[in-house]
Amino acid sequence: MTTGLLTFIVIILIAIAIWQLTKIFDLSQAKADNSQVANDKDNNINGYLMMGFLMFIYIITIICFVKWGDLPLIGNAASEHGTSVDTLMIISMVLIFFVQTLTQALLHYFAFKYRGKEGQKALYYADNDKLEFIWTIIPVITLAGLILYGLFTWNEIMDVNMEDDPIVVELYAQQFNWKARYAGEDNVLGKANVRLIDLGPAANILGLDTEDPYAQDDIVVQELHLPVNRKVVFKMRSQDVLHSAYMPHFRMQMNCVPGMITEFAMKPTMTTEQMRDTPKITNKVRRINDIRAAKSEKLLAEGEDALEAYEFDFLLLCNKICGESHYNMQMKVIVESQEDYDKWIAEQATFGGKE
Amino acid sequence: MSATAVHAEDHGHDDHGHHHKETFVTKYIFSQDHKMIAKQYLITGTVMGVIGIMMSIFFRMQIAWPKESFTIFEIFLGNWAPGGVLSADKYLALVTIHGTIMVFFVLTAGLSGTFSNLLIPLQIGARDMASGFLNMVSYWLFFISSVIMVLSLFVEGGAASAGWTIYPPLSALPEAIPGSGLGMTLWLVSMAIFIASSLLGSLNYIVTVINLRTKGMSMTRLPLTIWAFFVTAIIGVVSFPVLLSAALLLIFDRSFGTSFYLSDIFIQGEVLHYQGGSPVLFEHLFWFLGHPEVYIVLLPALGITSEIIATNSRKPIFGYRAMVASILAIAFLSTIVWGHHMFISGMNPFLGSVFTFTTLLIAIPSAVKAFNYITTLWKGNLQMNPAMLFSIGLVSTFITGGLTGIILGDSTLDINVHDTYFVVAHFHLVMGISALYGMFAGVYHWYPRMFGRMMNKNLGYVHFWVTAICAYGVFFPMHFIGMAGLPRRYYTNSEFPLFDDLANVNVVITMFAIIGGIFQLVFLYNFFGSMFFGKKAPQNPWRSNTLEWTAPVEHIHGNWPGKIPHVHRWAYDYSKPGHDDDFVPQNTPMKDGEEELHH
Repeated sequence: MTTGLLTFIVIILIAIAIWQLTKIFDLSQAKADNSQVANDKDNNINGYLMMGFLMFIYIITIICFVKWGDLPLIGNAASEHGTSVDTLMIISMVLIFFVQTLTQALLHYFAFKYRGKEGQKALYYADNDKLEFIWTIIPVITLAGLILYGLFTWNEIMDVNMEDDPIVVELYAQQFNWKARYAGEDNVLGKANVRLIDLGPAANILGLDTEDPYAQDDIVVQELHLPVNRKVVFKMRSQDVLHSAYMPHFRMQMNCVPGMITEFAMKPTMTTEQMRDTPKITNKVRRINDIRAAKSEKLLAEGEDALEAYEFDFLLLCNKICGESHYNMQMKVIVESQEDYDKWIAEQATFGGKE
Repeated sequence: MSATAVHAEDHGHDDHGHHHKETFVTKYIFSQDHKMIAKQYLITGTVMGVIGIMMSIFFRMQIAWPKESFTIFEIFLGNWAPGGVLSADKYLALVTIHGTIMVFFVLTAGLSGTFSNLLIPLQIGARDMASGFLNMVSYWLFFISSVIMVLSLFVEGGAASAGWTIYPPLSALPEAIPGSGLGMTLWLVSMAIFIASSLLGSLNYIVTVINLRTKGMSMTRLPLTIWAFFVTAIIGVVSFPVLLSAALLLIFDRSFGTSFYLSDIFIQGEVLHYQGGSPVLFEHLFWFLGHPEVYIVLLPALGITSEIIATNSRKPIFGYRAMVASILAIAFLSTIVWGHHMFISGMNPFLGSVFTFTTLLIAIPSAVKAFNYITTLWKGNLQMNPAMLFSIGLVSTFITGGLTGIILGDSTLDINVHDTYFVVAHFHLVMGISALYGMFAGVYHWYPRMFGRMMNKNLGYVHFWVTAICAYGVFFPMHFIGMAGLPRRYYTNSEFPLFDDLANVNVVITMFAIIGGIFQLVFLYNFFGSMFFGKKAPQNPWRSNTLEWTAPVEHIHGNWPGKIPHVHRWAYDYSKPGHDDDFVPQNTPMKDGEEELHH
């Protein structure tokens, strides 16, 4: 409580100090202009500061790109549709940065160039239809292009069908973890409903219909394995609140909604191993491990355990606020060769109990 | 037209003292005078703003230094932060209430409530609002809803914690998160009252603008501030009732066992009885208000900016008609774009295409506005008053934040950045910071009109420059961690080694947030200090054209002693050739042979 009081007193003192300083500043001005309306001196200082601010915007942009520019997930999509998402993203970003650089320059430069001076008269310039037309039509054309490109890609991505012999996997969300259910040999998911959930010894945690023949060969697992270059049709379900199945490296996201089944289809194009070897990921992992090593040193000094070294894995995250432990709702995703996948899936127990 | 207004019109105002005996209560508390109500809105909004911004600093500290103990948490958050460590579910409560307070209580009521009330009668030449009584009721409903929202922080289980969008089932089931108990009930009650307040206010604004304009004040001569407030009120009347119905249905689901939004739920080992509802329905209803709400927040700020940029550039606003047209276009489009918040909600992907199309269309009127502001500065004689700085700052953040909307509005790109920090960066710049700048600009500009005194300009400069740098410092890097896939609303990112390399970015962001937050004290100091110690304001300190500066500095009931001024020209005759002064107030008759040079 005393700290709080002290902080409060300090804040009050700082406030008084600022007030007094500005008063001194006011008084020290030769021709005591106390109108509180900007004069030429203010216009001048703030005009220059506007140019300074333009530089600040550019500098912070450059710093962000140099320092953190390799953070964004662009250019290393691990899925087929992800590549076209990335292309559209890059086009949009280039466009945005072009417009941003130009308009901010104009805005701040004009603010500097035309800063007020005693005796200067502004130009009475109320409208110009031609100009208005130009800067209406340019965004129209640019946006038409972006919209068309975006819509074609969107329709392609969202066209979930059973062409190309996909495997069908259910992503099942609950506070606060994920389960995956494979459709098994028949490639059809058995019926399920939360009312059939049984947490007892005859565990039926996903509420599968025991009577349904399609359910018998379903496989429920805690870790998602996918064969590379094979289309996967995901069916999402949630048992309690909204969740969102987010796999950033595959540029995939879809909400899981209680009471309905949502879908998303994608084809992974890189195995976990291949992804680990991409320059972007190797760099990232090195960077992360440097940070973790530094942290570990500190922890060890305090007599605690060191952090494990990080190894890249694809992840499924929850990206829709779902409760207290929302921040730790994740599942490992492993993309592997068809053979490895076949081997792994053969080892998993089916719902009906047959190995 | 209400009885008071008619009466005032007929008799002038020399004798008003006989009719209105004012006591402390009727003057300062249950006042029906729009100027006093504006001040009440502003001060309540400011108090709520302090709470909202403090919350954001607290949860930013948790993100930067996860699970560390802070004395300041113990003092302010009490049992939300046992031992000074913020708990995970209360982190979500902070995020939720921060969003709710900033969007509704500060940037809707605080901004629109203050400036619509202050400026609509004064700028159109009316004695008061159409209904002073409804106006008073509107403020007091807002006050009650604010009190309930603040009280909800102290109940068992804590405040609502389902995010400011309160999507069910999380918001519907106390089993899902502690905040969905009494805290959520109070949230819903508070918002229902808030909506009633907002509707009363909006109806009043609309009626006043349509009916009470002084002679000569045609719609095409309205200052852009009034256009913005007018259209904002219309959007509010169209969309707020939908949120009210969404909230009512949610109350039904929560308390009376209906299943509007709920179906097939198994939680904490039990099956619930709900059957047949859909959370997606709630999302539709919520965003049918939620998206127009962005423009309810933003348009008044843009209106204020138009006025301030023109006045301080000593130039007419460029393209008045285009500005009005773009306000109308934005208002219309704002009601048909809500689905872009729901691209991946499970709704039909075809709707995604439609909403992408309508959403990107909004970029067109927005671009027109930005270009018109920039052209207004061109060859001006810019008076760098604090209000002008905040207006230029608004245009800057509006552009930076608006441009990333092109990415988020595109359904394809939204897949990967949806609900990441990219979204947080986008909407904070384009509507949060922009609208806040609009509010600051409005306060600095109309402070002399509200309190009869000037604010200190040097403190204003310090306030602006530090705020401007910190706003970019906070939200610019945020785009990058968002594009790196970092989800918002995570209590800590330390469970994902994948995000370890974003931790230092988060520290930088939090530092900027703390500095920016602390420097708002400079504003508060200036604001409250100037009320008592500020220099007495002259009649028309910024040499502005609009009618509010023709009314006496000391507030009187009915705004003008004697007759209401008539209007002879538009509001933007700055530096008009043929006039000695660089401004020609709207009530100045046209000279012989003088022509309107705009169209």
